[in-house]
Amino acid sequence: MPAAAGSETGAAEIKPRIGVLAVQGGFQRHVEHLELAGADPFEVRLPVDLEGLDGLILPGGESTTIVMGIENAGLAPAILAHHEAGRPILGTCAGMIVAGREHLGLIDITTKRNAFGRQLASFEDDIEVDGVLEGTIRAVFIRAPWVESTGEGVKVLSEVRDHPVAVRQGTVTALSFHPELTPDNRIHKWFTGACTA
Amino acid sequence: MAEEATFRVKTGLAEMLKGGVIMDVVDAEQAKIAEDAGACAVMALERVPADIRRDGGVARMSNPRMIKEIQDAVSIPVMAKVRIGHFVEAQVLQSLSIDFIDESEVLTPADETNHVDKFEFDAPFVCGATNLGEALRRIGEGAAMIRSKGEAGTGNVVEAVRHMREIVGGIKRLGTLSSTELPTAAKELQAPLELVREVATSGWLPVPVFCAGGIATPADAALMMQLGAEGNFVGSGIFKSDDPERRAKAIVEATTHFNDADRIAAASEQLGEAMPGIEMAALGEDGRLASRGW
Repeated sequence: MPAAAGSETGAAEIKPRIGVLAVQGGFQRHVEHLELAGADPFEVRLPVDLEGLDGLILPGGESTTIVMGIENAGLAPAILAHHEAGRPILGTCAGMIVAGREHLGLIDITTKRNAFGRQLASFEDDIEVDGVLEGTIRAVFIRAPWVESTGEGVKVLSEVRDHPVAVRQGTVTALSFHPELTPDNRIHKWFTGACTA
Repeated sequence: MAEEATFRVKTGLAEMLKGGVIMDVVDAEQAKIAEDAGACAVMALERVPADIRRDGGVARMSNPRMIKEIQDAVSIPVMAKVRIGHFVEAQVLQSLSIDFIDESEVLTPADETNHVDKFEFDAPFVCGATNLGEALRRIGEGAAMIRSKGEAGTGNVVEAVRHMREIVGGIKRLGTLSSTELPTAAKELQAPLELVREVATSGWLPVPVFCAGGIATPADAALMMQLGAEGNFVGSGIFKSDDPERRAKAIVEATTHFNDADRIAAASEQLGEAMPGIEMAALGEDGRLASRGW
């Protein structure tokens, strides 16, 4: 039906196109969550994939592998350009490490890898994330990092065992945990909203 | 309330390994080469499958000291193998704070009837499977990750292809059945009905599915990804080749860019010789490791 099709492509219906870095790691679950949150997700493997994105998620995985994959595909300049254009970025777990000062430098933090210990020390817990959601969220920490130091202008949104596990600076948010591993869609809804604004 | 070792925490690590390559290594030096080449985890074992085949005899869990040396050498997750049904080897690995336990047909089975009760452990387990029923039986015992068995140590990908097609095809077939037909399907698969229902609804296993057993080239790795594997284990294929470092990097590249033939082609240049392969017919029935496990 032409009329219905027309209304579906109306301005109010345009979904933000959010890239998920798909070099290695837990990118598929982010894609599923973004779809549920009303975004138009896209897997990013090459610099060209970053064109026309409204937002970018750096997912969890092995940070050494992801850093190497970014280098091999020449992705860093395109990610920096995305950031400099003021488009939002969300890093989770390894994505937090990759976003930090030691790697892409998108957010002024240093991180400690596997800060809680090996897999046997991985855990889930209810935490609050200031300014992102009401109440608590079940946060899954897998061989997770924490934030070791923060520069000026970095806001700590959550702490676990006296270490920051959620931080924000400008348009960049970094989480130690995995919002994509639980059915709770609030963080992806929040980020989709941030990419729409 | 904080909880450790929930099923979500166990499968969570498997989720983070997706899109990556887990490499067999026999010492700290190889582990470092694997990490530097972009491996997302290493499997610590005393002999790669090709050598286990050559040497014969009983293959067992690795020496804890070797595992500790590898844990000290790398920051990526370290996995290790136990014999099928050998729950004390699993207890030992857990006491070493191993990140993942592979209950593996590559080692000589310790129990010809029962697998390890993997729910008893805090460490996550990965198990091999040749078809959907076997995969679901392992998940029913608590496995947090499934891999194809393939035929380890052969450098021949044909069995891994067969197993991946069996698993993925089995999932698709379940999706075509009505709820009335699922109990019979579960009986035929010899798998728990609850898991059969879950797979029929979701269209995938409740845990990640990787490929293992016979990958020797970047194109092999990409083939398995295109067939539905969510990541790759590479055993003998790397350290039995001419130039392990380059081959490891190339297989990592092909696993990430599995749909990009130009990049797979570029990664496949100047690798030196792959490991020598073995034709399946030359193994005979007794030489097949994939028939271990039940």
